[in-house]
Amino acid sequence: MREMTYAQAIEDALMQAMASDPRIVVFGEDVHAIRMNLFARFGESRVRPTPISESAFLGAGVTAAMGGLRPIVEIMMVDFVAVAADALINHAAKVEAFSGGRWKVPMVVRIACGGGYGDGGQHEQALWGLLAQVPGMKVVVPSNPADAGALMLSAIEDEAPVLFMEHKLLADYWLDYLADGGRTGLDYQVPEAGARGVVPDTWGSIPIPAAQVLRAGRDLTMVGVGVAVHRCLEAAERLAELGIDAGVVDLRSVSPLDVDTVCAELAKTQRLLVADEDYKHFGLAGELAAVALEAGLQPAFQRVCVERTIPYDRRREVEVLPNAARIVDAATMLMSARTPSPLSVTHTSHSRSPGH
Amino acid sequence: MQSDGAGLYALMLRSRRFEEAVADLWSAGRISAEMHLSIGEEGIVAGVLQHLVDGDAMALDHRGTAPLVMRGVDLVSLLREFLGEPDGLCHGMGGHMHLFAPELLAASSGIVGASGPAACGFALAHQHLRPNNVAVAFFGEGAMNQGMLMESINLAAVWSLPVVFVCKDNGMCITTPAKKVTGGDLCQRAEGLGAFAISVDGSDVQAVASHAEKAIRRARRGHGPSFIHATCKRPDGHFLGDPLLRIVRNPVGELKSKVGPLAKAAASVQGASVGRRAASLGSVAAMLTRAGKMHLAGHDPVIRQAKRLTSAEREVVEATVREEVAAAVRAAIDSTEARA
Repeated sequence: MREMTYAQAIEDALMQAMASDPRIVVFGEDVHAIRMNLFARFGESRVRPTPISESAFLGAGVTAAMGGLRPIVEIMMVDFVAVAADALINHAAKVEAFSGGRWKVPMVVRIACGGGYGDGGQHEQALWGLLAQVPGMKVVVPSNPADAGALMLSAIEDEAPVLFMEHKLLADYWLDYLADGGRTGLDYQVPEAGARGVVPDTWGSIPIPAAQVLRAGRDLTMVGVGVAVHRCLEAAERLAELGIDAGVVDLRSVSPLDVDTVCAELAKTQRLLVADEDYKHFGLAGELAAVALEAGLQPAFQRVCVERTIPYDRRREVEVLPNAARIVDAATMLMSARTPSPLSVTHTSHSRSPGH
Repeated sequence: MQSDGAGLYALMLRSRRFEEAVADLWSAGRISAEMHLSIGEEGIVAGVLQHLVDGDAMALDHRGTAPLVMRGVDLVSLLREFLGEPDGLCHGMGGHMHLFAPELLAASSGIVGASGPAACGFALAHQHLRPNNVAVAFFGEGAMNQGMLMESINLAAVWSLPVVFVCKDNGMCITTPAKKVTGGDLCQRAEGLGAFAISVDGSDVQAVASHAEKAIRRARRGHGPSFIHATCKRPDGHFLGDPLLRIVRNPVGELKSKVGPLAKAAASVQGASVGRRAASLGSVAAMLTRAGKMHLAGHDPVIRQAKRLTSAEREVVEATVREEVAAAVRAAIDSTEARA
């Protein structure tokens, strides 16, 4: 076992994969600088900087994959995916279906995402719910180094297009590049266990979906991805002091969604709290409530999400992003609602049961 | 039209001193995250903006501070915005990349190339509502490879929109040399899309002003869009704390953590041929050499213009600007500290 940062883990897994498979190529803006080590080892033919032309090079990634390569296309921030959304929504996601399953798009799109460092609402979004909505693509959001390296391998091995979303608060080089810029002493509330951790000596993929129960809980089940997982773990500690036994599930992939693991936990607790750095409405949080209902469960439900455009001002940004205090508040509200039973679903002013 | 050299000098110097103050606040950790300044580009911005009148619109990129300063936006409200304060220009919601001033029809975006479509829309509104007004789009040469910007030049041409597309070319697309990622010639590209194209040395504000005057006159007369290609040097790189410049300025400290992994990667068993690896390392070295040449030297538009003035003219401008910027910084900081 070795210890690595989140960014090192991704690079290490990529090194391993690229050394054994010459079909893997990396391209995106500035990759000769941002991926300098890969560039030095594998040369410019496999690690190639692009013009600032997201719609062209992401679209090219789709057919490069159809043509036999295993491209890893880098989109610097998920906000910029909007510029090239056509390549994903209308092409990458459609080829397998349109070809009757005869042609696949084994492309990885590596995307930085997430906020918490004061870059404003056009450079700090999550957007995984938006992207996961389209059938035909997978979306993974690792929350720690070991998962980051393993999920990168999973993404490369997968025959479907996979969006690999790395959170900027966990990837130290992104924080250095975008937030610090050489300054020291600035604090971003980086969850330590997410930014650095133990990783295997040799990387192996993990199947998608594979949600992980990080903490078993009797009273309620908290679910999230990325940094929100760490906020939930922090909240769980505080809730334990209040006598509330809260479990935490790291989904690891937004699409496909590990319904079985989530529902198995909910069957025990009957209470679901989703903490999500993506937008509140029409996204992951509501989807989790829906799949629980479809499975015949009627958990009491709360969600702590981003409800508006992320403010530039860091003091307000911290309040808009899910934080442990908001999660604790939502959890105590859930606990104050009577445990719902399948026969009589309870309403309170705080808790809207999605069953109604 | 104001054509005096001292007026252009004052526009540029005000922006320069203001952005230097912003850089100090950023370095002190009082401004968060990315900070893209226009230092080195002032000749281009001032040369174009001095021809704007009430009702004209500006579509700005992620370097919107200088244009807003030159159009007269209150310096304190800009600083308060960068400090994230509720009484800032955009109530602390946007920050420097997302500045909006509706009274000036000025809108910014941090999405590369987005100023193209934005200028077209403003110009379309002008055609209907303000037939003598124009819209200016500012962007870098890196944005010229963005589909939406190329589409916008064509749209402006076929609709004969009063747009002036202003390309500020420092030769670097973020940290990638423009030559490596740009095919053909940018003026020819713009001409091919139907715009009237002009090339100018952006460090000579009077040359920019004279070309911009023609472009803006064409637009006001309904003769359609122009494309001004203006060269410049930007000593701060892409943004404050540009990683390449940090390495150039502090090689020992900055490379300490990078050389080990880089050497290990370059020497790993499986990978590209020795020749290709050597080419990669050569390209990394060349990238740093280029970064080392980003300084302004003889291309500083402010200094070039200062040399055209008498010392008496310079001193008047300098004293006024120094006092104004210092007072703005004091006011912006004081009101934060008064609240604390």
